[in-house]
Amino acid sequence: MNVTIVDYNSGNISSVINSFKEVAKDKVNIEVTSDLEKIRSSDKLVLPGQGSFKSCIDALKKINGLTDTLSEFAINNKKPLLGICVGLQMFADIGYEEIETKGLGWISGKVSKINNQNGKYKLPHIGWNEISIVKDSKIFNNIKNKSHMYFVHSYEFIPKDKNVISATTDYSSNIVCSVEKENIFGTQFHPEKSDKIGLKIIDNFINL
Amino acid sequence: MLKNRIIPCLDVKNGRVVKGINFVDLKDAGDPVEQAKIYNDGGADEICFLDITASNENRDTIYNVVKKTSKKCFVPLTVGGGIKSVEDINKLLSCGADKVSINTAAVENSKVVVDSSRKFGSQCIVVAIDAKKNGDKWEIFTHGGRNNSGIDVLEYSKQMEENGAGELLVTSMDRDGTQVGYDIDLMSKISSQVNIPVIASGGVGTLDHLVEGIKLGKASAVLAASIFHYGKHSVKEAKEYLDSKGIPVRI
Repeated sequence: MNVTIVDYNSGNISSVINSFKEVAKDKVNIEVTSDLEKIRSSDKLVLPGQGSFKSCIDALKKINGLTDTLSEFAINNKKPLLGICVGLQMFADIGYEEIETKGLGWISGKVSKINNQNGKYKLPHIGWNEISIVKDSKIFNNIKNKSHMYFVHSYEFIPKDKNVISATTDYSSNIVCSVEKENIFGTQFHPEKSDKIGLKIIDNFINL
Repeated sequence: MLKNRIIPCLDVKNGRVVKGINFVDLKDAGDPVEQAKIYNDGGADEICFLDITASNENRDTIYNVVKKTSKKCFVPLTVGGGIKSVEDINKLLSCGADKVSINTAAVENSKVVVDSSRKFGSQCIVVAIDAKKNGDKWEIFTHGGRNNSGIDVLEYSKQMEENGAGELLVTSMDRDGTQVGYDIDLMSKISSQVNIPVIASGGVGTLDHLVEGIKLGKASAVLAASIFHYGKHSVKEAKEYLDSKGIPVRI
């Protein structure tokens, strides 16, 4: 099996690569590429993302044919895809970081700044927070409710259809921190930096 | 609920740990990779390397250390010390660091903070502040605490937040190495002034000092070096103690 981490210059993806390789060992081949042919022929995709919504969308668009190839993979062919952090946020129709920017539109909704309640909550939301699992998700197999995950973000994904939400976390309000819509998975937290429990989520995705 | 973080810090010189954990079963007590792994397994919320290599020839050793560590540690890794440019940051991140902490370079050229936070995102840019009390205010020191810039700490903190820093790592020069506790006044003043998380550093000698840093200093995270060295306290003990004092921690 081939799992491809999409490398589109979205910032630092070393930790994502290290964690997937750690979990995959020699059983699964982990590719890191922006090559469209390799992406197409892959069994699963990981879409990381760091920096702003706009910078990630811009970086995706810079690679000719990449957004179409990703949509073909996830929407038409319904193959498993995991978005991490801004990778998840880009599923939305629209994002409001820096400037209003169109997203991939795979899961209807918007990405807006976390309400910090006039400075009561520090932003970015950095550190370990508990997740409340609100629906069974395949990536939460053997993951206990209220497990701690590592977060770093100032913006949150607000999907229109609440049925896609698989977990939330409490910071100022109930923030969506994991979604599952058919073959599309996303985590706002960083499984690659969430210790053994995070690696278990990666393992669950690889073994889907 | 977001948990307060405990961050053990290791001083690394020429690729070797200078002060470290003194465990008998450790094959190589000077190996930063092994020590970081022990902290990771012990429940550290993040791990910090401070590179204190003086000579330029040996600067590359830290890249190798980061590369090896990031393959074994799956909690965030912050690396600081000697970072001068966006290119230095790029190198450390591509070796597997999750965040970098910038000290002197941020004071000398604030563009480094602006440019790097735009390029890599604020989430990986930590501005390290070395502060020393002068009368009724605190001033910023650079070059490992040797030079007084005369810059007011509170104004500078606000400025760094605007420039794109994701966190501030605040060390009290007056307290560093004394083991008498954090400069609570300094921590709480900065923390009230900025909307980004503050990491308290400098002066920890007991577990109660960690409690004070969070409760009174309003820090989001506490960094400590020597109390975790030589097996005085484990990260696990520290977390259990904080928990017993009603501080939310990840256990």
